[in-house]
Amino acid sequence: MMKIRLAALTALVVLGVLGAGVGWAQADDMPVIKLGAAVSLSGKYSSNGVYTRNGYDLAVKKINARGGVKVGDKHYKLEVVYYDDESTPARGSQLAERLIQQDGVKYLLGPYSSGLVEAMAPVTEKYGVPMVEANGAAISLFRKGYKYLFAVLSTTDQYLKGAVTIAAHQAADPSKVKIAMAFENDPFSQDVRDGVLEDAKKYGMKIVVDDKLPPELSDMSATLTKVKLLKPDILIVSGHDKGAATAIRQIADQRVNVPMLAMTHCDSAQIAEKFGKAAEYTLCASQWAPSLSYSDDLFGKASDYATLYESTYHEPTPYQAAESSAAVEVYADAFTRAGSLDPKAVRDALASTDLSTFYGPIKFDETGKNVDKPTILYQVQDGKYVVVYPEKWAEAKLRAPTPTWDKR
Amino acid sequence: MIDNFLLLVQNPSFALDVVLNGLLAGAIFALAAYGMSLVWGVLNIVNIVQGELVVLGGFIVFVAIGHGVPAYLALPLASLVMFAIGWGLYYTVIFRVVDKDLFLSILATFGLSIVIQQLMNTVFGSDVRSIDTGLGSFYMLGGAVTIAWIKVIAFVLALTSGGLLWLFLRHARMGQAIRATAQNPRAAHILGINTDRVYAMTYGLNAALCGAAGGLAVMAWNIQPYIGLPYTVRSFMIVVVAGLGNVGGVIVAGLSLGALENVAGFVLGAEYQIAFVFALMVLILVWRNWRAARRRAYLS
Repeated sequence: MMKIRLAALTALVVLGVLGAGVGWAQADDMPVIKLGAAVSLSGKYSSNGVYTRNGYDLAVKKINARGGVKVGDKHYKLEVVYYDDESTPARGSQLAERLIQQDGVKYLLGPYSSGLVEAMAPVTEKYGVPMVEANGAAISLFRKGYKYLFAVLSTTDQYLKGAVTIAAHQAADPSKVKIAMAFENDPFSQDVRDGVLEDAKKYGMKIVVDDKLPPELSDMSATLTKVKLLKPDILIVSGHDKGAATAIRQIADQRVNVPMLAMTHCDSAQIAEKFGKAAEYTLCASQWAPSLSYSDDLFGKASDYATLYESTYHEPTPYQAAESSAAVEVYADAFTRAGSLDPKAVRDALASTDLSTFYGPIKFDETGKNVDKPTILYQVQDGKYVVVYPEKWAEAKLRAPTPTWDKR
Repeated sequence: MIDNFLLLVQNPSFALDVVLNGLLAGAIFALAAYGMSLVWGVLNIVNIVQGELVVLGGFIVFVAIGHGVPAYLALPLASLVMFAIGWGLYYTVIFRVVDKDLFLSILATFGLSIVIQQLMNTVFGSDVRSIDTGLGSFYMLGGAVTIAWIKVIAFVLALTSGGLLWLFLRHARMGQAIRATAQNPRAAHILGINTDRVYAMTYGLNAALCGAAGGLAVMAWNIQPYIGLPYTVRSFMIVVVAGLGNVGGVIVAGLSLGALENVAGFVLGAEYQIAFVFALMVLILVWRNWRAARRRAYLS
């Protein structure tokens, strides 16, 4: 009895191993290009980190299903080695080291947030390993002379310049426009502020409030009272999700009347969904929208990408995922054009990228940032995010000025 | 800075807005500080995990309301759940550091705060959460003063809780046991008080108060897993100013802190609002030390 059982067990094990062997053999048909990524799966960036990974995965799946990447006359499958950087820069640079040294990864995809890119870029630079990132927009990253860093998204200083332009066009005399600003005291938001200041200066606008919000912010009522008192023509806020949520909430609570309100992160903070009427008329900077008319062969139109994302992950498409997918597309294109898997050759191919994707045109300047894609502005109209700027991509007309609270 | 100050002086109605909004915020700080004062006085522990307990309470209210529990029930529910959590925390971690070096208890509660932060991040996600009560705001002086009703409710509830806590400590059997243990744990033990239970009760009560504060914070402002520390710092400061076991002092200190903080935010700019809180704390510590030294000189 015992023997029979043992034999059966052995047979099972052997079969299992054989079966698995067959499975491996099949997978081995196509050689693999390993990409490495440290993304934030825990810690404060965990939701955006997951969007980043979803974006990478979606593009890899799609490219592999299409037959992989052609390099020279061979086809390769893409695969991503992931680590969790715990949303901490120190961990990020350790993991970059580990990916390159221990896992032998020769091409890196970026992490989420400028802070983590900043921590990892010196490592990839040291080893001469290219990093294509999709979620670090700080302009400072591209002032350090890095040769192996490429970013598919528009840099932060571009984010809210559109809002300043709109304010200038709305006014009879742009130099009379009064701006109130509340920006979080972190590199991202301060970069956005620099861009706004630059354009405000160009038009000769007056800055009446310039508050820096502390990172542990949950109450900005003092700043808003100041806004109420000084009556600016436009209020510009940037402080990640919590800044957007706090501002919308308290502007409504305190009934602050401003003709125009512009901010970053309203889509990731879901202001229209969570705050309903209070969010109406708000202008939101964004990297990308599913309604844009960009397209490519892999995903089709921007809207097709959104449909695919939604059916795969059962949530609305965040732009963080779209740009992450675009980063993988950039790699695939560079591998093919390089015709080799030598990191140096791939780097050079990346540098000469000139690609149209569903996410927008991608072309890097000598510092590695994408200079071909404009940022857009949404406006919350009847509970939906509608592109209103630049006019070329606009889905609807801008609703301005915002009526006062007693008329809303 | 000076122009901001002049703005306030020239527009007294707006100054009133800044002060009132600050006072109302201060009530929630006071609510969180009652518990810290209790725990510090009775267990001799500086409870660094205070802010995380506040945030956790906020998340419980958020989830409860998301499941259709009405707000007036969600608050007591959060307090109850937090009481149980506090009780559990006492019997797993805190009881090991009572009577130990202050440094040990600070480390232990600091460790707890990290664990709870990460757990909240895993369970509830890192998004900013807020509940709109739909109560709206009221206006005075031609719209210069706007106060959200929920802040008024929070204010009243915080003061009521303070009053109830005072009554409880004064008259309830358990309250008296808590005070006895705070005065002299050994004597209390000899006289038949189960000090271990008193400690657990105190810590649970603290967590319950934090839960209520968090529930009000999520309705009046917003919360996210990493917003705990400012609540800890403010509680600490209020307790330092008010002294231990002084409910009235906590209320006064809490309200003043809220108002001062908001005025500072207006005059110095939002970036110095929290810095101001720290600077104020240093000043107050120096002043208390100076006063204590004078009293010692007098005695000798």
